[in-house]
Amino acid sequence: MSAEPKGYRERSRKLLAGENPRAAVTKATLHHFHTRERAYAELPIEEWRSYAEGVKNHLLSHLEHYLDQAERSLTAHGVQVHWAETAQEARAELARLVSRYQVKRVVKAKSMLSEELEVNPWLESLGVSVLESDLGEYVVQLAGETPSHIVGPAFHKTLADIQALFAREFGTPPQAAPDVLAAAARSRLRQAFLEADMGISGANFVVAETGTVALIENEGNIRITTSAPRVHVVLVGIEKLLPRQRDLAPFLTLTARAATGQRLGNYVSLIRGPKGGDPDGPEAVHLIFVDNGRLRLLADERSWETLRCLRCGACLNACPVYRQTGGHAYGWVYSGPIGAVMAPAMLGSRAAGPLPYASSLCGACAEVCPVKIPIPALLLAGRQRAVLEGEATALERGVISAYGQAMLNPALYRAGARALRLGRMALPWLRAWSDGRGGLQPSPKSFRELWSER
Amino acid sequence: MRASYCVTCLADQFFAEAAMDAVRLLESLGIRVEFPADQTCCGQPAFNAGFHDQARQMARHTLQVFSGKQPVILPSGSCSTMLKAHYAELFSGPELEGAWDLAARSFELSQFLCEVLGCPRLGDGLRGKRVAYHPGCHGLRELGIGDGPKRLLEAAGATVVPWEAELECCGFGGLFAVKLPEVSVGMADRKLDTLPEVDVLTSGDPGCLLQLAGRLRVRGNPLPVRHLASLLWEARSGRRDSDVR
Repeated sequence: MSAEPKGYRERSRKLLAGENPRAAVTKATLHHFHTRERAYAELPIEEWRSYAEGVKNHLLSHLEHYLDQAERSLTAHGVQVHWAETAQEARAELARLVSRYQVKRVVKAKSMLSEELEVNPWLESLGVSVLESDLGEYVVQLAGETPSHIVGPAFHKTLADIQALFAREFGTPPQAAPDVLAAAARSRLRQAFLEADMGISGANFVVAETGTVALIENEGNIRITTSAPRVHVVLVGIEKLLPRQRDLAPFLTLTARAATGQRLGNYVSLIRGPKGGDPDGPEAVHLIFVDNGRLRLLADERSWETLRCLRCGACLNACPVYRQTGGHAYGWVYSGPIGAVMAPAMLGSRAAGPLPYASSLCGACAEVCPVKIPIPALLLAGRQRAVLEGEATALERGVISAYGQAMLNPALYRAGARALRLGRMALPWLRAWSDGRGGLQPSPKSFRELWSER
Repeated sequence: MRASYCVTCLADQFFAEAAMDAVRLLESLGIRVEFPADQTCCGQPAFNAGFHDQARQMARHTLQVFSGKQPVILPSGSCSTMLKAHYAELFSGPELEGAWDLAARSFELSQFLCEVLGCPRLGDGLRGKRVAYHPGCHGLRELGIGDGPKRLLEAAGATVVPWEAELECCGFGGLFAVKLPEVSVGMADRKLDTLPEVDVLTSGDPGCLLQLAGRLRVRGNPLPVRHLASLLWEARSGRRDSDVR
């Protein structure tokens, strides 16, 4: 997967200067933050979160068992199950399916895993045309960008951005109302659905007990993507299982509430296989279980907890850091707090770069996570890992070690504090401070001095 | 009651008068305040930067300085969180028990006033004052400091004015503020863009106050910014002369 988290600071600086997405991202995330808050308030939410955490922990500690069970259940309904250890293997499997079914056109439902696997450029390289059928994802595709948010791919775009884009693409009027824009996209998507040979989707859940693939959405595009084309391919991470059918209902509503503040998505599709004797539905359903670093996460003594993630985006909506830039600053598919804690374990500390530090540790993310991922603690663990793996900058090492020495010796502390008051230590950091907040203004006398003069 | 005072680095250097106001306030409530002179930094900056070995050494020093049985009071929600929530992550064995013990008897100032002293009415020195209160995130989310500070302010006659972004982070975040200054400043701006009409902005966290006061100044807004301790001392004494930023 192409990941460039290292440039976070540079990108955030650019995104915050000039034409920046801050206003659009703030508006969209705060809207979803408040709708989630209302939807949570309707439930004894702490009990729900503990239940969901418990189910996912059970699943993750018996993952092999449930993967076996899921494969048997899926196969029993005629779903053909494939396994991919890496992104490369997943793409190779897709290529085999494309050639086996002579696929020329693909429609896609929104899937973060497909972004992780870079499915679109791969399919295009095979001469297959790909069309994103989620409206936000389609906007992003037309703009030649990547999604900036797990749930709202185009949260970073203003109405004016989309009006300009659609005027160019569809010839809609420059001030076209949102309904007009949606109608323009819809007419193109309609055609694509009818012509597509293959529909590709992700999955919110796969129930091990019954082999049910569950998908939540609001636009109806997933329903059509998974039923109109001849072949349906499900890409799903190995952690996305639920043990029992009875877990599904609570997880569906919890996910919808966390993501958008709805009690349930407008559409919930429960898919159990190809059409068989029915007049409608795909002739073949293939499901690819993807590892791509997840087993490595599972083995990590801290980061394994991120595998509970439902990809609801609630932590992004709650995050004041994310709100400044949107997701593109983070430089890889998973942005915001959850991206910052997955990065060190999935990409390694060097590649994850500054992402564990892209947080003020305010804790707003942990407060809203429906499966109680302790994100601030994992951010701290990511920082500790970076230091242990030698990724701290020289400035940081130097200052922390000098200050660490001074703090062990009260006399040195007093001298060091005076030095700091004179602005001689950590000069680059002092400059970084004063650019936005003016010079530091120490008290005329320190508390210590005031105390000793009493 | 005797209590030890852990002034914390930022209060020592940047809010010295406010730190003294906290002492005056506590003494006026009958607390005998002691200041162990060997105290340095609690180690939070190192801990949050990922340098656990250095943080552990500073924590060990702090545990020694504040050994004993009496309560420890800090004029900082963030540093209190380090003692109360994170020291235990740094130790094992007998030292861990020491860390637990210190955690149990450490209190952020408003926490001490409300949890130990039962939120006493301090006076009415804040009559008519409109206040914006910024709850530091660590105190808010990790220590669970609820509306104690607001109750103390309102009991003294102040009106705490609702603030759209009240529960959002100011963007300080310690080293975060200098490692990613553009994002940090953007966060401060979100707080200040939504600030209601008030006479004073306050918080129990020196770091947040430095961030918000600095940014206000750069934006040309003359709104006074004061540590909660100073406002509470004013509530009690009617004096209002210290550490206006």
